This record gives sequence, C-alpha cells and structure tokens, in this order.
Amino acid sequence: MKHCNQMKLQFDSRSANEAFSRTVISAFIAPLDPNIEELSDIKTAVSEAVTNAIVHGYRDQIAIVYISAYLYPDSRVVIKVRDKGCGIEDVRKAMEPLYTTCQTGERAGLGFAVMQSLMDKVKVHSKPGRGTTVVLERRITSKGAVHV
Amino acid sequence: MPVNLQLEEDRVVACLIGEIDHHLAKELRETIDGACQRMNPSLLILDFGGVTFMDSSGIGLIMGRYRLMEELGGHLLVTNVPAPLKKVMQLAGLEQLKVLDNGGKKQ
Repeated sequence: MKHCNQMKLQFDSRSANEAFSRTVISAFIAPLDPNIEELSDIKTAVSEAVTNAIVHGYRDQIAIVYISAYLYPDSRVVIKVRDKGCGIEDVRKAMEPLYTTCQTGERAGLGFAVMQSLMDKVKVHSKPGRGTTVVLERRITSKGAVHV
Repeated sequence: MPVNLQLEEDRVVACLIGEIDHHLAKELRETIDGACQRMNPSLLILDFGGVTFMDSSGIGLIMGRYRLMEELGGHLLVTNVPAPLKKVMQLAGLEQLKVLDNGGKKQ
C-alpha cells in the first residue's frame, strides 16, 4: 500500500531533542485523529527509540538522528528512527526486558519492552559499527479513514 | 524548574512537573538526591500530579530513588499518577515495589 503522506526529520543527538521529536510526531499523526491514549503510546515509543539512538547508538557523542514517518490510508503510521552509531551486536539480547548496558542503574532497560507493548509492530535492524534502525508501526483504530 | 521540593521535618516531597524523559531525568535526579542526602528523611514522596508525559526514564527515576531510600534506611512513595502514565508503570512491574499510592486522587 502506498503512503498518503510522509516526512523526514534530522536533528543533533542532543537530549533536548527528545521532546522536539515527540512534538513533531504528534503533529504529523494529527490527521489520523488519534485519541489521548494512542497519542501517548506513539509519543512514548518514539521517545524510547530516540533516547536509544542518543544514549546507546551515539554514546552521548553529538551526531545526527534521522526520523522518517509515513501515513497510510488504512490509518497506519510507520515511523523509522535511525542512527549511524555503534550498532548492536546481539539485537535479540538487547530487546530482552531489563537488559541494559547502563552501569549507573538509572536506565531501566525497558526501552524495547515499552516499544513492543505500545506499538503493533517493532522491527530492529542493526549492524555493529554501522548503526541501528528501529521501525515502529501502529494502526489508529479510534477514528475513521485518513484525511490528509 | 521541573521539580518543586517541599522539605519537611522527616520527609521530602518532590512535586514533578512536565515531561519526564532522559533529558529531564538527570536534573530531577540530582535535585532530589541532593535534598535526600542533606535531609536524610524517613520518607520521600514523588508526586506525579504535574507530569504530562513519561517514558521508561521515569521508571529508572523511580527505581533509582527506591534504591537510594533503601540505602538511607527510609521509604519511597509514588503518588497522584495520572492515568496515561500508569500503563508504562504497570508494564515495568512497579506494583511489586509497593511504592505506588493507590489511595490517591486522579485515579
């Protein structure tokens, strides 16, 4: 199915841009007319993916985070969050709940678990040394068809 | 300031405000931990009444403060959690820590 709208966004991997990316996604999916819970779920999942790119992908070095998002006529949104950072050796292990590489104990290791429970589909493509792409998909069921 | 601290005799009440993400969590953590280490309270209350968004950074914030209060020999209580935030807390299994105040308002 061909998308009926798309957008691309790139920004510095500064933590202040986590809120910025959530705001952009909220505005982009507005034509799907999500309810409060759907909006909150999608913002949370995007926040997790962007935080992963900043904290793990780029390990707090400043580089570029790329987001592309697509709306489909059947009320689906697909959001890709990409970094060109260090990549993940073992994606399956990284996706286990409570698995974290954080030594300080301040990261819960729940990022992927949260994304998986809030979205319909979560795919992760990663190559060590090349970077990581997280693909998030969610259908908005609360309202009718898209009017873009 | 994303947190409003009330320092009472034996307790610290931290009223959190705004969107809790990885960016904000650091400042919240430093402010709250500073107060707890100075005051050595027997109770730390994290009031989520003013929080409009939270991702798993909020879970890290709660778990980290739970451990801090254990070290200090005190307790942690999480109150006034708005409904949209409960989903992420439940998913993280926070009920098991027994820090959520379910008798509070805004259920």
